[in-house]
Amino acid sequence: MLAFTIRRIFEAAIVMLTVALMAFVLFRFVGDPVNQMVGQDTTLAEREELRERLGLNDPVIVQFGRFIWNAARYDFGISYQVKRPVTSLIAERFPATFELAVTAALFAVLLGIPMGVYTGIHRDSWLSKLFLSVSLIGISLPTFLIGILLIYVFAVQLGVLPSFGRGEVIRIGGWTTGFLTASGLKALILPAITLGLFQMTLVTRLVRSQMLEVLRTDYIKFARARGLSDRAVNFGHALKNTLIPVITIIGLQLGAIIAFAIITETVFQWPGMGLMFIQAVQNADIPVMSAYLMLVAFLFVLINLIVDLLYVWIDPRVRIYGREA
Amino acid sequence: MSTDDHGLPAAQSTNPIRPPARSLASRFFDSDLWYSFRSSRLVVLAGIVTLLMVGAALLAPVIAPHDPYDLRALNLMDSDLPPAWVKGGDPRFLLGTDDQGRDILSTILYGTRSSIAISVLAVFLAIGIGVSLGLVAGYFGGIVDTIIMRIADVKLTFPAILVALLINGIAQTLFRGRLGGAEFWILVLSIGLSFWVQYARTVRGMTLVEKNKEYVQAARLIGMSRTAIMFKHVLPNVLSPVLVIGTINLALAIITEATLSFLGVGLPPTEPSLGTMIQIGNKYLFSGSWWMVAFPGLTLAVLVLAVNLLGDWLRDALNPKLR
Amino acid sequence: MTETPALSVRNLRVEFPTRRGTLAAVDDVSFDIAPGEVLGIVGESGAGKSLTGTAIIGLLEPPGRVAGGEIRLNGQRIDNLSREAMRPIRGKRIGMVFQDPLTSLNPLYRVGEQIIETIRTHLPMTEREARARAIELLIEVGIQGAERRIDSYPHEFSGGMRQRVVLALALCAEPELIIADEPTTALDVSIQAQIIQLLKRLCRERGTAVMLITHDMGVIAETANRVAVMYAGRIAEIGPVREVIQSAHHPYTRGLMGAIPSIEGTGDRLTQIPGSMPRLTAIPKGCAFNPRCPHAFDRCRVERPDLMPVDHSLAACWLVAPVSAEPPR
Repeated sequence: MLAFTIRRIFEAAIVMLTVALMAFVLFRFVGDPVNQMVGQDTTLAEREELRERLGLNDPVIVQFGRFIWNAARYDFGISYQVKRPVTSLIAERFPATFELAVTAALFAVLLGIPMGVYTGIHRDSWLSKLFLSVSLIGISLPTFLIGILLIYVFAVQLGVLPSFGRGEVIRIGGWTTGFLTASGLKALILPAITLGLFQMTLVTRLVRSQMLEVLRTDYIKFARARGLSDRAVNFGHALKNTLIPVITIIGLQLGAIIAFAIITETVFQWPGMGLMFIQAVQNADIPVMSAYLMLVAFLFVLINLIVDLLYVWIDPRVRIYGREA
Repeated sequence: MSTDDHGLPAAQSTNPIRPPARSLASRFFDSDLWYSFRSSRLVVLAGIVTLLMVGAALLAPVIAPHDPYDLRALNLMDSDLPPAWVKGGDPRFLLGTDDQGRDILSTILYGTRSSIAISVLAVFLAIGIGVSLGLVAGYFGGIVDTIIMRIADVKLTFPAILVALLINGIAQTLFRGRLGGAEFWILVLSIGLSFWVQYARTVRGMTLVEKNKEYVQAARLIGMSRTAIMFKHVLPNVLSPVLVIGTINLALAIITEATLSFLGVGLPPTEPSLGTMIQIGNKYLFSGSWWMVAFPGLTLAVLVLAVNLLGDWLRDALNPKLR
Repeated sequence: MTETPALSVRNLRVEFPTRRGTLAAVDDVSFDIAPGEVLGIVGESGAGKSLTGTAIIGLLEPPGRVAGGEIRLNGQRIDNLSREAMRPIRGKRIGMVFQDPLTSLNPLYRVGEQIIETIRTHLPMTEREARARAIELLIEVGIQGAERRIDSYPHEFSGGMRQRVVLALALCAEPELIIADEPTTALDVSIQAQIIQLLKRLCRERGTAVMLITHDMGVIAETANRVAVMYAGRIAEIGPVREVIQSAHHPYTRGLMGAIPSIEGTGDRLTQIPGSMPRLTAIPKGCAFNPRCPHAFDRCRVERPDLMPVDHSLAACWLVAPVSAEPPR
């Protein structure tokens, strides 16, 4: 178990290093950092001095080492666009994205799993067909279109929900939350549905196909032959076996939610990291781009690690292999 | 559907009587694939819709009533007109006009054309990269395999849309201001590069299985080169899952292209694309000009839905071992 | 036989609607099993033996369905019971053992949990009582250190041990009938005999009737009292095991016997039946076996034989038809 954990952490570290390398290459070689930081009228000598001060004349490997060292200390340099430390930009933006992503993920999982289980068990009922049709439409509608549709119906036509921003937020230490005010919660509804809908359809379809697969197995047939009630078979036996692979994918999807938040935040002008990133892409603000890249990768690797360890905890078979490994 | 799908134990059909050799066409029309296609009205409809939309997109220059590229023909007097059947509509513009006075219908036709072209090219690019890397990784194994699959792992860390955004951002930065029409190819590249992993993994897995089968071993014994074996024996076996993933990816590619354009990092506003149209229309949503978003949005949704339905059907009918 | 048979099947027909028409996977199958008796069902893959078992326990998967006939368990008709009424019969009055012990047990639950769950579904017992009974059962099926092993996961047992657990599960509510579907096929040869002996002993002690489905005549010869040979969904021959093995009446049965090495070693070469069993979509007219039968004559190709008594058996073959029997026009 310990060896397994260590190996996983080691693998995660390698992924992070690779991403860091990419971010560094992006930072160092895509566009000249100096040109981005100075005005047109800066003299060559001043540029050279800045270059020296930033350490851009050091060997590449030293620069990479410094980049990693700084990143590890949560320092990603200064944004070209707004001339402020990227770190404080992210700190401002992170709570908004985090609250949006968590709400969307809860929405997706709490609705998606029951729908998937239902459609898996009652394959031919009309409600299943309805759920599946909805889910097919759900994966066919691009996120931004769903957002626009919701805005049109609930903000433009009905005028009951806000179409942009976070509403009123409360500051708690370095964190801002919209969970505690009525307007913050109201502002969260449409973006969370927009972001969560696609994930929900994904979860529904995944749980359903996994459930169907499990229901075909011998041990389910045998459980029925033992006279267990449908309830015991479906929820006691099939569900647990279904959820194990589902947990992995849902974990991976959490990372995706953070990335997909880019689109939702753009549509709803939600002041999160996604909006910051898209503005950075449009303005070629490389430090922000590479910081965002590293942060998303870090979250993703972290979630992956947790999911892997969770897996070992749930599945007795892996527990054994994990011990051996 | 084949009998096996009905829960009949597979053993029931262990003694297949070989059908007499027939022409390829008659075999196709008697196949389960064709049967399952015919038996679902929805899938037939999806097929027809896809064909119609692709056809209309290909013929856009012929059938479009206006040329949205022709800036001289635009008249600001015509801008922001509602569809022809709504009060204030103009019969010249069936689905209304946008803020520049462009005919929505024509722009949709041209936009669909770019969307489909970009997506198809991107999927082919992804297939090309993914299948080659998968074949190489699976067939040669060892260090080559490790490197390729590690890269795939890292790539998997990022959702496709983010990778596409990044590649796009890098390209925009590198060619700042000097892009001149390269946006199309940047889109193809960024979408194509963000989709290859799934092919590589699938193909690698299947190659590993095929590699150890007797016929491949035999081909090796009679002295066929590795490359020849890969292309003559292994490749044909991985085609059906690649076809399924490709179809599903096509829908995803269309969405990605539209999303990038919507986010303002895709095609420039002067070049019609469904995503750009929706982005522009979105600005006018509050002023009540719903048609600027509604028609391109509907087109996009219907196109993706139809392709998704075809993909779902293909997956169920061919049932290759995905994942 | 005067006593009520534990299981009585009459004219059972199982159908699968497909796009090429309705297939009769089991057609007009009738047999009885007395309490404590072991009836072997043999046949090639796809002969309909497993489906017969599945139909009896009421677990046919749609669209497969029982299209005709009667199934009686100790005189009570069970083929027309509702899903809910059938459930307490499964596991309680009919136990089932599947082919593959590796996949019969849910990998995520300890074997004890699965046994206790089954016991408590059918018998009014507390968790403690059920656990005590589960341990007893495990000891009875020969699991060493049952008190400890009850808390192991299935993957911690070997294949043979797992099949013992499955047997314990099938027996845990003292059923009247056990349907064992290829119980030894997935096991090592050395373990097969042990499991068969165990099954035989446990059922003899309890007076449980056994329907033993297998394609292995060796297992049948060792275990069964009577044997039914199935071919293309129908019973070709049914009779006492000794008679069927030593002097089979149906050419197909003789062919099957030829395919196993003779115990007496009479010097006959191992024969094999030419051809293969027809698909359900293409069952030949007349006797389904006629295209492969070395003795087929005209009547076999046009008219389907029903089971006819011969010695102590019944055989569906025109060769055993009484000479006086007139072929209907």
